[in-house]
Amino acid sequence: MAYLRSVPRVWREREIKYRLIGGACRSCGRRFYPYRQTCPACGSEEVERVKLPETGTVEVFTVVRSPPSEFAEQAPYVVALVRLDDGTLVPAQITDVDPGEVYEGMRVEAALRRYRTQGERGIIEYGIKFRPLIQ
Amino acid sequence: MRRVFIAGVGATRVDEHWDKSLRDLMRESSLKAIQDSGLSKKDIEAIYVGNMSSGFLQGQEHLGSLLATWIGVPGVAAAKVEAACASGGAALHQAYLAVRSGVYDCVLVVGVEKMTDAYTGDVTDALVMAEDQEYVAFTGLSFVALNAFVYRYYMKKYGVRQEDIAYFAVHDHKYAVNNPLAQYPRPITLDEVMKSPLVADPIHLLESAPIGDGSAALVLCSEEKLKALGKDVHLEIAGSAVATDVFSLHERADPTTLLATVKAARKAFSMASIEPKDVDVLEVHDAFTVLGVIHLEDMGFAKKGEGWRLLKEGQLEKDGDLPTNTMGGLKARGHPVGATGIYQVYEITLQLRGEAGKNQVPDPEVGVAQNVGGVGGTVAVHVVRRVR
Ligand SMILES: [Zn+2]
Repeated sequence: MAYLRSVPRVWREREIKYRLIGGACRSCGRRFYPYRQTCPACGSEEVERVKLPETGTVEVFTVVRSPPSEFAEQAPYVVALVRLDDGTLVPAQITDVDPGEVYEGMRVEAALRRYRTQGERGIIEYGIKFRPLIQ
Repeated sequence: MRRVFIAGVGATRVDEHWDKSLRDLMRESSLKAIQDSGLSKKDIEAIYVGNMSSGFLQGQEHLGSLLATWIGVPGVAAAKVEAACASGGAALHQAYLAVRSGVYDCVLVVGVEKMTDAYTGDVTDALVMAEDQEYVAFTGLSFVALNAFVYRYYMKKYGVRQEDIAYFAVHDHKYAVNNPLAQYPRPITLDEVMKSPLVADPIHLLESAPIGDGSAALVLCSEEKLKALGKDVHLEIAGSAVATDVFSLHERADPTTLLATVKAARKAFSMASIEPKDVDVLEVHDAFTVLGVIHLEDMGFAKKGEGWRLLKEGQLEKDGDLPTNTMGGLKARGHPVGATGIYQVYEITLQLRGEAGKNQVPDPEVGVAQNVGGVGGTVAVHVVRRVR
């Protein structure tokens, strides 16, 4: 029954989501995702927009077996917190790999992928997932 | 500022109430609490309703005015208070402030959630609304998955075995057996917990609070109003605090500590002039076993990484040093999310009055309830003291 999100709502998040735009605080040095004008750690408004690195390491992960309604067809799938190479932590799905083969410490890289389709009337939403990094 | 007392309490059983609506449930608990107080409906000057998801699950908002009419007191001040699973605790804080400030002499605070009107997938949608919809829930994370991250971080950082954490569920069920309002009043074994299906690895189904319907209510009043009632036992809300943390789990420095718990507990304890050792009976928000253990640590009852020892050494039993979740906790009493914070104080009230039946703790004076919204984005802590 999940509610339909409007096209403008998805559209205005596109840059931060598709390009992995984070914030870097000039006052306390903290880097965070997603970007916003105020630092969540110290409250400073002196935050710079930064393009975050597209490679990182799986820090923790879980297999979602009882999913939100819009993800029902995808289950089971892996969601993780990925520690990017600059130290920023990002939540994302892990893709292109069997759930049983994901491990903590796995090296991964960003890939633009489809996240969810809002029924027949809604739009298709994309975002960054991470896949195993082939070295 | 005026002192604030609990004059009456009431609650429905936590259950799958197929025959009762959201409004039926909150009406039932409200009327029970008013009757228990010895006051009358006409004494109620304001109503605060703690609820998380009625807009999404029932398509119904505006619960304050709705309840005022359905208990027959239209005209009073009323509003819904929302802070995810801490909605009940946050509503109680508002009710407390209303009496403490001197504006009202008598207020009703009600927690309610009706979860079984929706399909499981939709309840999953509703619960994850506690997290950032645009950048976190967007990835398909469920609320259980977020807690699974906390679980992984915790076991990794402190090297604690999952069995020692999962035992929290066994503890809760043991006490639910003697709670007539509990959703699952039957014992379970550690083996059953560890062999139950995974919801989001490493969290098993039997480590997770269930989905259910329920409502609990309290009548709060001023000292003047209380004296007129001539009761023997006076229960004072000696501390009431709400704190927040950085909204999303992945942006916090340490995911194994809920800073909002640390802050709210310190504030509430200081208001009541108590220390952790003074607490005689405790209710913690163990929506998942690992969170129960973390809360014990964050409130100052154990060192970080050692909360599980209190469980294992029997200190959380009714005759232990820190009787905890003595009516079944979230796991077995049940967790109708917006109502949970009020159920906790309802149960503390029974203990302090000596009305907890077979689960009665020997002569408790100070009770504490901790209620968590999201993965600690909001935490409410209340201290209730029996005054002679
Ligand atoms: Zn900063």
